[in-house]
Amino acid sequence: MISIEHLTKRYGTHTAVDDVSFTCQPGTVTGFLGPNGAGKSTTLRALCGFTTPTSGMATVAGRRYRDLPNAGRRVGVLLDAGAQHSGRTGREVLALASSILGVPEERVDELLSTVGLAGRPAGKRVGQYSLGMRQRLGLAAALLGDPQVLVLDEPANGLDPDGIFWMRGLLRGFADRGGTVLLSSHLLREVEAVADQLVVIAGGRIVAQGGQQELLAGRGTLVRGPDRSALERALATARITVRPGAGDGLVADAPVDAVGRAVAAAGAVVTELRPGGGEGLEELFRTLTSAGTAEVAA
Amino acid sequence: MTALAATVGQRPPVVDEPAAPGLATLVRVELRKSWDTRAGRWLLVTIGLVLLAVVALLLFAGDEGDRRFAGYLAATQLPIGVLLPVLGVLLVTSEWSQRTALTTFALVPRRSRVLTAKLLASTLLAVLGMIAAVVVSAVGTALTPALGDAAADWSLTGAQVGQVLLVEVVFLLGGVAFGMLFLSSPLAIVLYLALPTVFNLLVTTVGALHWVRDWLDLSTTTLPMFLGELDGQGWLRLATSTALWVVLPIVVGWVRIERAEIS
Repeated sequence: MISIEHLTKRYGTHTAVDDVSFTCQPGTVTGFLGPNGAGKSTTLRALCGFTTPTSGMATVAGRRYRDLPNAGRRVGVLLDAGAQHSGRTGREVLALASSILGVPEERVDELLSTVGLAGRPAGKRVGQYSLGMRQRLGLAAALLGDPQVLVLDEPANGLDPDGIFWMRGLLRGFADRGGTVLLSSHLLREVEAVADQLVVIAGGRIVAQGGQQELLAGRGTLVRGPDRSALERALATARITVRPGAGDGLVADAPVDAVGRAVAAAGAVVTELRPGGGEGLEELFRTLTSAGTAEVAA
Repeated sequence: MTALAATVGQRPPVVDEPAAPGLATLVRVELRKSWDTRAGRWLLVTIGLVLLAVVALLLFAGDEGDRRFAGYLAATQLPIGVLLPVLGVLLVTSEWSQRTALTTFALVPRRSRVLTAKLLASTLLAVLGMIAAVVVSAVGTALTPALGDAAADWSLTGAQVGQVLLVEVVFLLGGVAFGMLFLSSPLAIVLYLALPTVFNLLVTTVGALHWVRDWLDLSTTTLPMFLGELDGQGWLRLATSTALWVVLPIVVGWVRIERAEIS
């Protein structure tokens, strides 16, 4: 499991990561979400010992990454698929890693077929790989040591829709076998289908975290009708605050039944009434991240 | 924390911690890295071809006095002394320019172990370079009688073999040292070739700096070694110049890499 405790990283006066804490449990996939430059990569780099935190701790299975004797057998890391020697073949990249990990060379072929690079692609130089192929190779390298934990930074970058679907299945299977997965993305859609837990970061601070259901709960009720101002008046009478929703809809800050009663009492016509957040987490994600560092109760 | 986390939050079963990779393994991996890329392979092929060319040149067009085993061996050191260190530079800098450091240090987070392995691998590469030089020189010596009336002169002192090997190790580690100090292939290679040359020019031309040349200029202090003629004070001078051009950059580079942010 992964534990990030009060992690802070400053570069001069710029605070890249500000007091970030969260944990990832075995058997779960955690989606680490945030816009580019929000501090995702810095957090993951601090977790893997590539950067020294200004304060706070990051541990894997109770140890600092640097204290893991054979790190690759514990944690599979893919922070940047582009960080491979362009003059080396895909197979060679894995062969080098297998020597360090102390796993048999057969694992290399096994993983090459797992990620769909067996055969000709394996013998090609990484320089000739597409970004999607590099992601696959990086994933193979991360899985090579049969680790219990996976840390992946933007692994869906460069993958085609098929590839993204494939990767989701792979990560889900890994977690279902008891593994811990932490993957970052700036695109919610990439992770919402696979993540059990979401951690949303913006401006270096965690702005929301929790299960998907939990994050969606309490997001109000969407109500729509032909006469929008009539609905607004009805809800105002019931002392329910509203904000504009998607299209001409309204999002009321109250449970569905309360909203239903309020509009029924006013006799307003309703064409749509359902729990908010039906647009997926997309809207939530947008509001959270555009709100910057504003705290949002999850 | 989520409800989900609470239900699956038991600690994972205690697994036997896999052993850390041994130093021998890491050295083997570093050696493999020196030839498993296109650039590395071509550099090795080039070194081999230049070795052959130098011996062939000496064989067909050299002075009679140099056409002996010891002479061939001394001549091979010219290209080896320039090209092998480049291999040493790349052994370090390619991790940064190609950004493989991200993989290397993810697998071996204790960076000093990787650096130790790189230094040991470089030393082994110097030994391999020496073996190649000896083999090519032997071929040249064996062919000498066939291309003239001179007999094959196999005389070679243990001192020459030992000292030539030592020069190769020092030069190669010098390349690694510059690589560690600058962490950039072009910068490290250019400075490795240019700095000592400029230094040599300066301390040789300026009379008042001759003592600097004698004690700190590596090309001056290693010169007698190619023929195995280093004497008592020569060893001291070798030590001081090696400290400046090899040990110092290794120490500074080591500290830098230990603290560096890898990205």
